[in-house]
Amino acid sequence: MTDLFVGFFLIFGAALMLLAAIGIIRLPDLPTRMHATTKSGALGTSLIMIGVAVYFADITVVTRVIAIIAFIILTAPVAAHVIGRAGYFVGVPLWEGTVKDDLQKNYDPETHSLSSGLEKPAPSKKSAKPNKRQK
Amino acid sequence: MNTFVINLVYLMLSTALLLSFVRMAKGPSLPDRVVALELIASIVAGIVGVHAIDTGVSSFLDVAIVLALTAFLAAIGFARFLERGGPRDD
Repeated sequence: MTDLFVGFFLIFGAALMLLAAIGIIRLPDLPTRMHATTKSGALGTSLIMIGVAVYFADITVVTRVIAIIAFIILTAPVAAHVIGRAGYFVGVPLWEGTVKDDLQKNYDPETHSLSSGLEKPAPSKKSAKPNKRQK
Repeated sequence: MNTFVINLVYLMLSTALLLSFVRMAKGPSLPDRVVALELIASIVAGIVGVHAIDTGVSSFLDVAIVLALTAFLAAIGFARFLERGGPRDD
């Protein structure tokens, strides 16, 4: 019975990782490749580690497995966000079939500044007015 | 543990490692290579877990912890390097 669970977790996790690898080699550009690798890679590692915990069924192993899974779930989104941001800023070309690029009108590739699109028109004038009155 | 299952999982993970290595070798830009490197790190962590089951030595899990940690730090470092506009030759 335990072997059945362990085999299920191992094969499912390895299949997800194989899927991530197929995705990284087949998909056309950086964001789609990251879409394939980050989620299924993290889930594949987590499932294999759960299989390890079920196989050993020991308190020290289970603690380490929980630590590994928590660390992966905490760090994988952060790393993906940072790499995706850096890739966009560096100017990695998107796939020619891309239909939507929300950052395009907010990011200036010359100055490398990213605006939120919600800024006030000219905040410097408001701070300049009191100075004039004081004079 | 069933040797067929272990060998099957080894085979699948090795294929995944090979495919992501191909992407890392020919990836058109540096961020592609960094993404492939991160996937390779998580695949190797999975292989370490399977190897721990295969040999029955649970101490191998420490390797997986260290591997996940260093892979995260490498990704952050590469991303900072790219954003600061360091010299690069794709």
